[in-house]
Amino acid sequence: MLKDVTIGQYYPTGSIIHKLDPRTKILFTTAFVVILFFINNLWGYLAVFGLLAIIILMSKIPVGYILRGIKGLVLIILLTVILNLFMTPGTIIASIGPFNITMEGAKIATFMALRLIFLVIGTSVMTLTTSPIDLTDGMEWSMRFIPFVRRFAHELAMMMSIALRFIPTLMEETDRIMKAQKARGANFETGNIISRAKNLIPILVPLFISAFRRADELATAMEARCYRGGENRTRMKQLVFAGRDVAAFVVMFVMVVGLLATTMINIPLLFPV
Amino acid sequence: MSVEIKKLTHIYSQGTPFEFQALKDIDITIEDGSFVGIIGHTGSGKSTLIQHLNGLLVPTSGTVVVDGLDIFAGKKSDLIQLRHRIGLVFQYPEHQLFEETVYKDVAFGPKNQGLSAAEVDQRVRKSIKMVGLDYDEVKDKSPFELSGGQMRRVAIAGVLAMEPSVLILDEPTAGLDPRGRDEILAQIKTMHQKNKNTVILVSHSMEDIGKLVEKILVMNEGEIVYYDTPNRVFTEIETLEKIGLAVPEVTYLMGKLKKKFPEIREDIFTVEAAKNEILRVIRG
Repeated sequence: MLKDVTIGQYYPTGSIIHKLDPRTKILFTTAFVVILFFINNLWGYLAVFGLLAIIILMSKIPVGYILRGIKGLVLIILLTVILNLFMTPGTIIASIGPFNITMEGAKIATFMALRLIFLVIGTSVMTLTTSPIDLTDGMEWSMRFIPFVRRFAHELAMMMSIALRFIPTLMEETDRIMKAQKARGANFETGNIISRAKNLIPILVPLFISAFRRADELATAMEARCYRGGENRTRMKQLVFAGRDVAAFVVMFVMVVGLLATTMINIPLLFPV
Repeated sequence: MSVEIKKLTHIYSQGTPFEFQALKDIDITIEDGSFVGIIGHTGSGKSTLIQHLNGLLVPTSGTVVVDGLDIFAGKKSDLIQLRHRIGLVFQYPEHQLFEETVYKDVAFGPKNQGLSAAEVDQRVRKSIKMVGLDYDEVKDKSPFELSGGQMRRVAIAGVLAMEPSVLILDEPTAGLDPRGRDEILAQIKTMHQKNKNTVILVSHSMEDIGKLVEKILVMNEGEIVYYDTPNRVFTEIETLEKIGLAVPEVTYLMGKLKKKFPEIREDIFTVEAAKNEILRVIRG
């Protein structure tokens, strides 16, 4: 169960995608996410699929590992599809009992599902190929361009990196506590919903206590090393754009223009234009 | 209960770049009623091994046989039953405390076993006393207002209250002061002698292991190096040092004394035995 969470995890393979500057990857992903919402026909999604496939191949991350990240979202995607399928007015193409499926509903449902899936895959490719430290550095740099946020860029980035850093730690901790309570005869596998919910108390209480303890210890450790936020802070490793980043920006430009161009295609694919 | 470990192999995160083989073909038998110590460097597979003994981890290959029954062949509910008889005290067990009072926390295990209220009460009293705490003083306190050492004792009591026939302790004295350490170990030893249960003790301290156990299991990089009596294991100083371990300080002392007094015995690992041996040699 816990093994399925791949969001925020880093999967090192040393590929060219991994070596890209984090700022490039953040900009690329942002452009990707924005453009994803402009696509209005299946040609565009076909192109997105091809682009993602190439990037994933280049990253050398097993496809199965990336797809595992979607597992947790199956319920949300399913809900979106069902709601859109039945609730959209338009030309009726089929009906199940009192519910009608419309052509428009089918189109929106398909697009929503594809959007969500590509959104998750696209962003998880970024986190899987970027180490948490690089990611934070990149985030800090990108946040400098957002007004109001600029002042707290460093603090926000630090908080984000700590949160990312502690996802696996807390997961491990949960696993350990679960095992310890299992060893004391706790049963998490059977029983009805109420008894299962009650069984969570022996896990949640120690988990919260340990999370607070860790936070406290981390704060002390940071203060002991004279941490006082981003003011006047310099870096040991400066981020530098390389040739491959220039290439990535070219690809990004082609992607944006190309995907925008697909919205002009007037040939129907599955759904009428 | 006897515990047979058969060709046990465990690989973590198989099929990812984090793949790590923690156990390689482990094959040993722990006899009923014995007191076994497990030592090994950090990452040698000690904790992984003991988590297989009550089915918390499922082996990649191989199996564990308890009292003639393959524990991974049966149903899940059988495993839950098994955990009532094989008690496991994790490292830093005080991190698993969760109840409002010490009494309730210690009662968690026996309650899960489905015992009657009267029996639970009797077990809680007994096990709190067994770990050297004053029952009337601590029973209504929150476990979180106790000191670190007391929390550790409460957590150990929580497992003892289940009266397991096999008791496994993963570094029960890590981070305790010397007095707390000696007290807890002495109580474990007394209990072992009284109840004749099987005890498996994972420890980093050669002194503790030498003092307490009948057999030592030495592990290195997921493999068994020795599984023998302390007398035999502690004479293999060179091999032990090569895998990042050591023998008790007093054994080194005896080795040095041997250079001056060739008739002195070297296979000694408790201060008491060393005293007697030195006296024996001096008095001739």
